[in-house]
Amino acid sequence: MEYAVGLILIAVSSALINNFVLHYFVGICPFLGVSRRLDTAFGMGCAVTFVITIASLLSWVFTYFILQPGAGVSVAVARLFVTVEDPASVDLSILSYIVYIFVIASSVQFVEMYLRKFFPTLYKSFGVYLPLITTNCAILFACLYIMQKVVGAEEPWGIGQALTLAIFAGLGFTVAIVIMAGIREELDFCDVPGPLKGAGITLIVAGILALAFMGFAGMDRGLERALTADEPPVHKAGHVPEFPPKADVGDNAPRPGNAEGGPR
Amino acid sequence: MANDGPTPTERFLRGVIPENPVYRQLLGMCPTLAVTGNMKAAMTMSGAVLFVLFCANVITSLIRGLLKPHLRILVFTLTIATFVTIADRFLAAYLYRMSKELGAYIPLIIVNCIIICRCEVCASRQSVPHAAADAVGQSLGFALALASIATVRELLGAGSWFGVQLFWAKGTAAEQYRWSIMAQPPGAFITLGLLLGAAVWIGNSWEKRRKTRAAVREAGEAD
Repeated sequence: MEYAVGLILIAVSSALINNFVLHYFVGICPFLGVSRRLDTAFGMGCAVTFVITIASLLSWVFTYFILQPGAGVSVAVARLFVTVEDPASVDLSILSYIVYIFVIASSVQFVEMYLRKFFPTLYKSFGVYLPLITTNCAILFACLYIMQKVVGAEEPWGIGQALTLAIFAGLGFTVAIVIMAGIREELDFCDVPGPLKGAGITLIVAGILALAFMGFAGMDRGLERALTADEPPVHKAGHVPEFPPKADVGDNAPRPGNAEGGPR
Repeated sequence: MANDGPTPTERFLRGVIPENPVYRQLLGMCPTLAVTGNMKAAMTMSGAVLFVLFCANVITSLIRGLLKPHLRILVFTLTIATFVTIADRFLAAYLYRMSKELGAYIPLIIVNCIIICRCEVCASRQSVPHAAADAVGQSLGFALALASIATVRELLGAGSWFGVQLFWAKGTAAEQYRWSIMAQPPGAFITLGLLLGAAVWIGNSWEKRRKTRAAVREAGEAD
């Protein structure tokens, strides 16, 4: 039960609260570049979800068995050549960036070959987006995030948590880019000031979208309380201090209008 | 082949404003948005990018005769990843708090399009001095762009600059005037969008003035 609650929290937090594009700013290049039309944006989102899942799976396996200090496979290999007294002294984590970028590049390559052979229609619909994904920072960011949760963590993430994070981060990216494409299709009919045309107005729209996604903040805490409570959640006096401090909410609430409207 | 192109000095100057990586080429958007919450983080990031871009450009330029076309992106990426690991370990050893604050954005330099683009466009075709000058110029342009965004965000979001409190100090009544949104993700998007618009507007009006002057001069010579 606790495990399932953990998975749900990871899912909600990676898809909505800490959306990869709008909170961590990774994957901005396709978010700005491929969001002109709805169908291509959706294709890009699906391709990213697909690759991020495979790359995260592989990078979890590499991190857990090879890269982290005292990892099983590396210690076994090291024992073939030298006597290892302290397993934790076998530490390959300095290689992690090189390994991850290699894993990403090769998994994109393999996914491409596999799709071309077995799902030609899907391959055609992905088009040029598949090779482009290698340099998408969202994928590397997911790998690094998983590494952070595995290496030196009190409760190292298992493969379930890593997969949940990857799939829902991909879904969050898809949601963000599809909303963006929908807005940009409508923007074609708007009279945008000349210098802001193109990237400028897209970034401002993205800012307003990020503002909307800030509304999800704190949802994980509420969800956790609702899911783990022994008795059904009822409104008690004890609830009040658990909420984010009132001043915080009041501080943020009037600002959005100010920041949006002020500089224009 | 390198001699008929621009000289190293021209390459250097070009990177700073006319081919500014952020405002003109729209490259490297992730760090531009993510680390510009305050000046210190932005400048640390620029330093790391300068180091990685310089080393990667020089190495790429040195081995440009050996590169096979179909493997070159892989070679670039692995070279960059090596130098990023060095930069990351250096920051973790000497600037621990800054390295914690920047977090995953230092390793994300590996997939920063500026560096791969410069390796591909410039370093893999030109001699070492050209590549080095290009790297320094582009990094300065990047630093300038980051500084402009970080200045706006830090001034409006916290009332400070480089960590020095200028106005809206904490604990005083004026603290409520801070634009807290500027320190958060939406502020980054909106600031960059507006600054980008301003850059395009200034660029256009310069271009127009230059054309008018050229036309006037031509008319004068015709008389």
